Amino acid sequence: MKSLLWSLLAAGLLGSLAGCSTTGPVQAWEKGNLAKPGMAMDADPLDQRFMQHIYTSKENSTGGSGVGGGGCGCN
Amino acid sequence: MRPFIARAAALVLSGAFGLVGLPAAAVEVGNVPPSFELGGRVGAVKLSNYTGKTVYLDFWASWCGPCKQSFPWMNDMHTRYAAQGLSVVAINVDQKADDAQAFLRKAPAHFDIAFDPTGQTPKAYAIKAMPTSVLIGPDGKVLSVHSGFKDQDRNVLEQQIRQALRLQ
Repeated sequence: MKSLLWSLLAAGLLGSLAGCSTTGPVQAWEKGNLAKPGMAMDADPLDQRFMQHIYTSKENSTGGSGVGGGGCGCN
Repeated sequence: MRPFIARAAALVLSGAFGLVGLPAAAVEVGNVPPSFELGGRVGAVKLSNYTGKTVYLDFWASWCGPCKQSFPWMNDMHTRYAAQGLSVVAINVDQKADDAQAFLRKAPAHFDIAFDPTGQTPKAYAIKAMPTSVLIGPDGKVLSVHSGFKDQDRNVLEQQIRQALRLQ
């Protein structure tokens, strides 16, 4: 019995190592807070797109900007 | 010590596999979409109220830029095709009702609006982007699903609506 309780505790601790990723990805309709202007990484969405285009064309790396100036998964 | 770690790891892994079993997309062309019953601006908005009509079901939110562009277009569709059997139903997924009302004051809608602050309906429809529109035929089956709303989408979507109405 005691060993089972210890196992459950250890399981809980191991599971919590994943942190907030255990709650799953943010769904498209839950992105209200992410869409706020203050949540953008850069100042201007057009500027952001422009810079991203330059980076991808100069560095020849695959595009990885994700949402890019939207916040609502719409671009 | 080792038995604890082994059992703990087993418990965590079994929990993780439990999460992996996600349901398949609930909305596919040819399937009947999930029904819903939500509050609207005047009374309840139920999908069952629209049987026999071609339904342009749109998921929108106040924080979604393209939604602002889509509203005048949806008004236009409503004005031109309502008499031919088109019903435009737009489900709002804002968590705060005030945000939705502020949006509607700036972009008035002449079509039906439903409110789903809990997010149950977009979840049932497995929405991947905002906005997403689902075109449902008069037989109640999904004709097409469209993510996003860009300028070049207007003609495509209108064509789909016209096609659906002619197929009656």
